[in-house]
Amino acid sequence: MTALAVQTVRRARVTGRARGLSVSVVLAAVAFVLFCLSISIGDFRVPLADVVPAIFGAGDPAAQFIVGELRLPRALAAVLVGAAFGLSGALFQTLARNPLASPDFIGITSGASLAAVFGIVVLHASGNTIVVAAFLGALTSAAAIYVLAWKRGLSSYRLVLVGIGVAAAVDAGTAYLLTKARIYDVQSAVVWLTGSLNGRTWEDIRPLALAMVVLVPATLLLAPSLRLLMLGDETAAGLGLRVERSRLLLVLLAVTLTALATAAAGPVEFVALLAAPIARRLVGSPLALVPAALVGAVLVLGADVLAREALPTTALPVGVVTGIIGAPYLLWLLARSNRIGTGG
Amino acid sequence: MSLAADAAPRAHEGASGSTGPEARGAVRRGSWRLLWLLVCLGVLVGVVLASIAIGSRQIPVGVVIDALTDPSTSDDEHVVVRSLRVPRTIAGLLVGVALGLAGAVMQGVTRNPLADPGLLGVSAGASFAVVFGISILGVGNALGYIWFAFVGAAVASVVVYTLGAIGRGGATPVKLALAGAAVTSFLLSMTTAMLLMDQSTLDEYRFWAVGSIAGRDRDVLTQLAPFIVVGALMALAAGPVLNSLALGDDVARSLGSRVGLARAFAAASVVLLVGAATALAGPIGFVGLTIPHVARAITGPDYRWVLAYSMVLAPILLLGSDVIGRVVARPGELQVGIVTAVVGAPFFVMLVRRRKLAEL
Repeated sequence: MTALAVQTVRRARVTGRARGLSVSVVLAAVAFVLFCLSISIGDFRVPLADVVPAIFGAGDPAAQFIVGELRLPRALAAVLVGAAFGLSGALFQTLARNPLASPDFIGITSGASLAAVFGIVVLHASGNTIVVAAFLGALTSAAAIYVLAWKRGLSSYRLVLVGIGVAAAVDAGTAYLLTKARIYDVQSAVVWLTGSLNGRTWEDIRPLALAMVVLVPATLLLAPSLRLLMLGDETAAGLGLRVERSRLLLVLLAVTLTALATAAAGPVEFVALLAAPIARRLVGSPLALVPAALVGAVLVLGADVLAREALPTTALPVGVVTGIIGAPYLLWLLARSNRIGTGG
Repeated sequence: MSLAADAAPRAHEGASGSTGPEARGAVRRGSWRLLWLLVCLGVLVGVVLASIAIGSRQIPVGVVIDALTDPSTSDDEHVVVRSLRVPRTIAGLLVGVALGLAGAVMQGVTRNPLADPGLLGVSAGASFAVVFGISILGVGNALGYIWFAFVGAAVASVVVYTLGAIGRGGATPVKLALAGAAVTSFLLSMTTAMLLMDQSTLDEYRFWAVGSIAGRDRDVLTQLAPFIVVGALMALAAGPVLNSLALGDDVARSLGSRVGLARAFAAASVVLLVGAATALAGPIGFVGLTIPHVARAITGPDYRWVLAYSMVLAPILLLGSDVIGRVVARPGELQVGIVTAVVGAPFFVMLVRRRKLAEL
């Protein structure tokens, strides 16, 4: 009897893992196709077949320059930003045990927005200054939310509600800065606030790429403790986990990922919210970190391709497209998650 | 009046409270509440005078009273008072009354201590609809876009409440607040998408989006005031209904309330109030959240008194914030929406930290 049970569990685990793996492979393939498409399209069209050779410095010199200097950094930025948002969304949603607890809603990107808008309209800065300002802004607001929500431990409902309150106040500050600025600066600030990948260079994506090399393995390393936390604080503690410490580490990782991604591309709406639930559905397991990161990358790449091709004259910021795609899904998710009783 | 006011919250104590010492206690409590309400009204008059007197140009209170009672067109200060300060103060009064009452009604209808027109997406709905009207349909004046504000506020409040209330446990604070935050963030991204294409609307929008009562036209005020007056009367009339809803739907039903109808009536008043206030001043957060709590702390849970106090206290907060905004950032000014956010956010965090949230 027990032998049979053990066998069943083992078989279920193996099938689960196999499904996770195959989903990841398919997602990676989709991401790769979109990646090549993103490099191929634009005013100067690089035929799809020439994309891969051009990346490795072969073929037509003009295509090589355009791909190497303009399109490749942008496409890589899309992948990295999407993966970071997807991963951080999965972490936040699992930690808060609420599918709506995405970093966009609970105040973390608001701090980045305030700092970036300050940089744009008051300091008239651009490039790296904005990136650093947004990163620090996100970390500061996250720290403030964590401290304000702390009261003999961290409860997810306090974290979410305090985050919403802090976001409302910080957004008022952003709105105030926008009234003080010249309209030209306001426009670039609004583009930043929507989330855009326009004009990303190698210099912009290098810090993000380096950080991801460290942060992604770190997240996967901590995944077992996240699984224990999902069983509830008491059970996790009973199984020997140091609950508050692991949670702090995981929150720290999630916040850093959000801060990096927001700093690189602005608060691209709904990616962090959507990636994890989509990945969970595809894989059919309650926690799917790698697939979530891949779904995030696919979302941002696809949205960016759409944003550039949607209008004949201008390239829309990518955040407009993710906003439009995300809305109906969000409404459905709200309705559904509340019905099955995980909505808070 | 005062006896009737106490009847609903005391309903559970049984019918024995109609005579004897308890009734006398109720009378004393009623007149005590009335006294405090008069004190608050006095404070409100003071704030109104301050709002007329204080600004980039200080005007002595004596001159203010002169300008109001015996205006002369040749005196500069009289002109400032009558053409700038008075409309601004009236706008503040209207918006304050609207937001205070709307907040109290929302908290009563949803039985949720964190309900606020700003946090639950009602203002964002109105904003989105107004920008849509201005930018896509080319609507120019406030009387044109007030209807957009109403529709936007109505749709957003229905969507947020429906989404928050689905499922086990009904509309818990966290579910409602998250639904509000999610819908707000969606509406904001749609609003921004429209504004990106349209520089002139963006230029108007950014001054409206902070929430300000400066430079409002007399015409706009007279056009919007009736909506707020009707909404306020409806909200005040909803007091007894809110009292029975506070006992829970089942008890309310057994006491003879038609729960669905009562909710719809109260929600209609919220839509009128928030739609008009947002069309007039832009989205202003936290007034509707904080004021009913202060009112409840003074009066206890009877919604008839909570509404009356909210109606007086909210304009005090709004006009007071506006005056502070004019003083702290001289020679410029801080818009009232910024000041209320700075004042209100700590209050909100305190409320979240203080206790279990399902107490209403």
